[in-house]
Amino acid sequence: MIVDILSWILLLGGGLVGILGGVGLLRFPDFYSRLHAAGMTDTLCALMIIAGLILQAGFSLLSIKLALILLFLLFTSPTASHALARAGLTDGLKPEGEQSSNN
Amino acid sequence: MIYTLAALTMLATMALALARALLGPTVWDRIVAVNVFGTKTVLLVALISFVMGHELFIDIALAYALINFIAIIAVLKLVNVQHSLEREEEP
Amino acid sequence: MRYVISLALVMAALWLGLSGLFKPVLLALGVVSIVLTAWLSWRMDVIGVEHNPGLFSWRLPIYWAWLVWQIVLSNIDVARAVFNPRGHIRQRVLRVPARQSRELTRVTYANSITLTPGTVSLRLEGNEILVHALTKAGADGVLSGEMGDRVCWLEGQSK
Repeated sequence: MIVDILSWILLLGGGLVGILGGVGLLRFPDFYSRLHAAGMTDTLCALMIIAGLILQAGFSLLSIKLALILLFLLFTSPTASHALARAGLTDGLKPEGEQSSNN
Repeated sequence: MIYTLAALTMLATMALALARALLGPTVWDRIVAVNVFGTKTVLLVALISFVMGHELFIDIALAYALINFIAIIAVLKLVNVQHSLEREEEP
Repeated sequence: MRYVISLALVMAALWLGLSGLFKPVLLALGVVSIVLTAWLSWRMDVIGVEHNPGLFSWRLPIYWAWLVWQIVLSNIDVARAVFNPRGHIRQRVLRVPARQSRELTRVTYANSITLTPGTVSLRLEGNEILVHALTKAGADGVLSGEMGDRVCWLEGQSK
């Protein structure tokens, strides 16, 4: 029962974080800041939802697969974010506040 | 029930990402939005497998997580090559 | 060659874990695909030090647990920026020193920076990482160098 409630909190919290990230994706002013909002939905949202599902699945093959999905997501999302930021930078998209890079 | 609710929040996130993909303004903004859309699809498929009670859907989510990553990297490469080609033609 | 064998072992564990079936036909298919993938990655010359199984030390789970906690904290910070973009966003580009001796741990550091929302590593230039920070808290967090120290500690074991 406690496990059930905990997993519900995780699932709903994950959904909430996802929506917050989506709103941030719309509200943030430029490309680089939107990257951070995207990172939010990619990390904590995925973490909470998969954790909630693992609690429901218990110790089984299903849990191992869910954990693998989480592992893939957490390993690929920084690579994708970094590749995106780098591609934007090489394409000449200037990040705001670059003047402060020398201090 | 709780799974359906969580799946709905994922759909809402995907709708927001889709709006950003349509608004742009640069091609990179669109790719960020599509990336978010893709990772949320993975979570949505995982949730749907619990809604329906079919464990097989998890394998689809697993495969989709990998395909989405490779697709994003491929699109980035393609757009990069296209932009550098355009820049060569300009002067 | 050692790394090819360890890669094949990991792939075998993955195959068995994902299929969960022990029928001869499927096991044979698994052996064929593992051999094919191992041969292809050897031919592509992508097998390197990162496939050394000795890199998985007992420090890794501790570092991951700490990283997950950092992810939670920085998510709260970015969430505050979502509610109040004008007031909370202070975008900056920083140069962060990466003092780790090996390239693999420097990449680990850069990836950890990217994984925590609020900071994205733009470029890894030798011993420096170019970081884009969304908020003041994010920039201060990277500049404090705590994550860098943790990655150094992670490196300590397998040096």
